[in-house]
Amino acid sequence: MLSLIRSIFYTFLHAFHKRETQDYPEKMPYLPPRYRGRIILSRDPDGKERCVACNLCAAVCPVDCISLQAAEGDDGRRYPEFFRINFSRCIYCGLCEEACPTYAIQLIPDFEMADYNRQNMVYEKEHLLISGQGKYHGFNFYKEAGVNMGVKATGGGENENQPVDLKSLIH
Amino acid sequence: MKYVFIIAGVMIVVLTIAAGLIYVERRLLALFQDRRGPNRVGPFGVFQVVADMIKIFFKEDWVPPFADKAVFIMAPGILITSIFLTFAVIPFTDKFLVLDSNIGLLFFLGNSSLGVYSVVLGGWASNNKYSLLGAIRASAQMLTYEVFMGLSLVGVVMMADSFSLREIVEVQKNGWFVFPQFLGFMTFFIAGIAETHRAPFDIPEADGELVAGYHSEYSGMKFGMFFVGEYMGVTMISALITTLFFGGWLGPAFLPPAFWFFFKTGIFICLFILIRASLPRPRYDQLMEAGWKVLLPLVLLNILATGAILLLKHTT
Ligand code: SF4
Ligand code: SF4
Repeated sequence: MLSLIRSIFYTFLHAFHKRETQDYPEKMPYLPPRYRGRIILSRDPDGKERCVACNLCAAVCPVDCISLQAAEGDDGRRYPEFFRINFSRCIYCGLCEEACPTYAIQLIPDFEMADYNRQNMVYEKEHLLISGQGKYHGFNFYKEAGVNMGVKATGGGENENQPVDLKSLIH
Repeated sequence: MKYVFIIAGVMIVVLTIAAGLIYVERRLLALFQDRRGPNRVGPFGVFQVVADMIKIFFKEDWVPPFADKAVFIMAPGILITSIFLTFAVIPFTDKFLVLDSNIGLLFFLGNSSLGVYSVVLGGWASNNKYSLLGAIRASAQMLTYEVFMGLSLVGVVMMADSFSLREIVEVQKNGWFVFPQFLGFMTFFIAGIAETHRAPFDIPEADGELVAGYHSEYSGMKFGMFFVGEYMGVTMISALITTLFFGGWLGPAFLPPAFWFFFKTGIFICLFILIRASLPRPRYDQLMEAGWKVLLPLVLLNILATGAILLLKHTT
């Protein structure tokens, strides 16, 4: 009996505790920088698209909501001709960001994506592509490794060795 | 003509309180659970009630094809009617009461027993095993608690020497009955919770076990009537506790008597909600055991002691 009265009293004391409720629309809750929300496509420091249309994100996506078409520019640089994410299927798992070798695709702390029309949930490249670098500043994929895109000479990348002269191995 | 006004007044007051309680309960539960509760519709969310009412009025009112139609429709009506009738004998103030009956208390007990019919018939007519289980539990629980609900009031009646609720209040001018009749108050309060089958004694509905118990099959306004009936029951028990143990409308004269009545009633309504927020539902057999083995002897003891003391006073 006493314990019942005690628990009633403790419950009453909760009336004076701090509220747990997030006053969301009036007061935006703090979202950590690595919060997985809306997806963007970023650009490298030179303002070029980072995405090289390698299709890794589309392949890893567990709900198959990314679709893109690769194309090649005059300079031989690959880019996605279209890039479409169906956000009504996306589960915000962040696997696409993990898979992307160029840090092009990124999830950002923004979740306010509700819409009355299902068709509006399909984002095209023009909706996804931003003009900044997103979370990873100063990263340029072509500077690190890979083919010569005019950013660095072959073998001059930051994480790259000089190409091995195959013929020297035969001697 | 005067009676029509008073009756209409009582009905409007009771319905307003019952509807307001929907909002008050949600806000208070939120308060006790560190939440905010409904605060979107209108200032502080007070129009939530209006929104809920509109919703429940326009919901599809569906009678299951396998139900016993006539009884199914009648059951919620019985609940509302029996509770409304009870309010007829409750003295809001010494002037504002419908019926100053010299058997007021018995009238209340009789009506609250009628209330069990609505639950039992509703559960029976639904033709659903969960509803029926709820109804069986309800009948057992309400019969048990009916017994010592009546007995817990015997002490008050002995001290006041009357069954009329108005006279019971007037006798309390010299001191509230809660002090000499504390046992009676406690048992009546517990019985009142069981009688209105509020949490923690909401075993007839027990959402965790029985879907929604006796009103699983009810929808729309018929469910709304059970819903509002529960709040009216809470108001009724609170009003009765105020009347029987806390001096009804009596209070310092700087505020009108009606204020004191509603103030005290309001405190008990809040207590009902606080208890709902803090206590878990007991098991079914525990409830029955507590009723027959603990509370019943307690009430009988209370009657015995009160009688002995009164007799002692009279003889000396
Ligand atoms: S977050 Fe997950 S579900 Fe969404 S696009 Fe990326 S991989 Fe697909
Ligand atoms: S976003 Fe990244 S993973 Fe997806 S196609 Fe472009 S470069 Fe490849």
